Amino acid sequence: MSDPSSINGGSVVAMVGKDCVAIGCDMRLGMQALTVSNDFPKIFQFNNAFLGLTGLATDVITLSEVFRYKVNLYNLREERKIEPETFANLVSSTLYEKRFGPYFVGPIVAGINSKSGDPYICGFDLIGCINFAKDFVVGGTSSDQLFGMCESLWEPNLEPDDLFETISQALLNAQDRDALSGWGAIVYVITKDKVVKRLLKTRQD
Amino acid sequence: MPGFNFDNYQRNKFLAAKGYPLPKATSTGTTIVGCRFDGGVVIAADTRATEGDIVADKNCEKLHRISPTIWCAGAGTAADCEFVTQLMSSTLELHALSTGRKPRVVTCLTLLKQHLFKYQGHVGAYLIVAGVDPTGPRLFSIHAHGSTDVGYYLSLGSGSMAAMAVLETKWKPSLTKEDAMSLCAEAIEAGIWNDLGSGSNVDMCVMEVDKPAVLFRNYRTPNERSTKEQSYMFARGTTAILKEKVRPVVDTVPFDIVQETIIQDVDKMEIDS
Repeated sequence: MSDPSSINGGSVVAMVGKDCVAIGCDMRLGMQALTVSNDFPKIFQFNNAFLGLTGLATDVITLSEVFRYKVNLYNLREERKIEPETFANLVSSTLYEKRFGPYFVGPIVAGINSKSGDPYICGFDLIGCINFAKDFVVGGTSSDQLFGMCESLWEPNLEPDDLFETISQALLNAQDRDALSGWGAIVYVITKDKVVKRLLKTRQD
Repeated sequence: MPGFNFDNYQRNKFLAAKGYPLPKATSTGTTIVGCRFDGGVVIAADTRATEGDIVADKNCEKLHRISPTIWCAGAGTAADCEFVTQLMSSTLELHALSTGRKPRVVTCLTLLKQHLFKYQGHVGAYLIVAGVDPTGPRLFSIHAHGSTDVGYYLSLGSGSMAAMAVLETKWKPSLTKEDAMSLCAEAIEAGIWNDLGSGSNVDMCVMEVDKPAVLFRNYRTPNERSTKEQSYMFARGTTAILKEKVRPVVDTVPFDIVQETIIQDVDKMEIDS
């Protein structure tokens, strides 16, 4: 019996590399101790921006649909794709709108600006405070463990293949020390010309 | 409709009653100070943002721009400081366009205090507002419930007492710009070292009469991380993969031009006289 953000469990992490970003999540959906699903990914793509959503699962689903709606309207009005920085501000405003009745989520955004090629990552608290980071952002029930793993393993200017190994090991080892996260992992490595999505082999306990 | 949306209020109240309280929002722990000097005002802040006991951001920006010559340092709930500041910035800019005059610090102060009082302290923004306007340099502080204070030197946040100890010891009237800058940096450092809710670096903004405001991001960085003992890079192929999918980023569908016809030459267009 604790807070809404740890009923369903889940974790996400994003890191910056050399002209690339990576974002990863676990696959568990639980109801406290019971695991209900091992196929509940928490990363959603909106044009150039990737959104990782942890927390109360109903809010994860609702927000992914709210942002799909808002980004579609953005595409129709602006006649162009939304950039990660703009999407991050959209997330921030959407969350702050519910300041006194918030969504119980811990979102992170990752992407590469299509015009400048600059990698971009940021995290938010549940009411939309943007935490802009140059190295890594974490979220979810294993955020403490992820902070420890990322602070140790991350170094600047990692190539995409090396960044993949680093973010995967950070995610895997952090979620293994968290009862509420795990049951699979997905990692996206995003560069200017391609996106590689990998399903990792993990402990299933 | 713009503004706050209370749709989740009932659901969240029900959850709280069932034993699921609201999780912690990011707080800026914080040490912020402001100090007047001859011909201007300077404000400074630390750069640590906390979520409970965890440091969520080691280098966040607590100095917000309200107008080119009016800047604000925020303590309390980070999202509230950010949004209330942005709201004031937009409102002031429209107000300045409407009045045809440069925006004044007292205007921002009044708008802020009336907004914060309306929300009875639930918008957790504790701000030091400072700037130069046609009436001269100004320095104020605002609390979340809507009270305001005036002073030549002020401090707010969990590290305010550490900072005020420095300010009370070393402040004197008629400081020079350089004296005020080093005084503020020292006051923030007192918070960084002695207050657990504050840390990392010192940000500073100097607003001088008849000069553009200058933001010194990371004016002092007394907590740089030393070089790591070794690299923890893993050999490629360490992580076991079950499935891999590569999707190339395609901007536009490639096409061939079949036929091209010029309908009207722009240069020869008739223009109405």
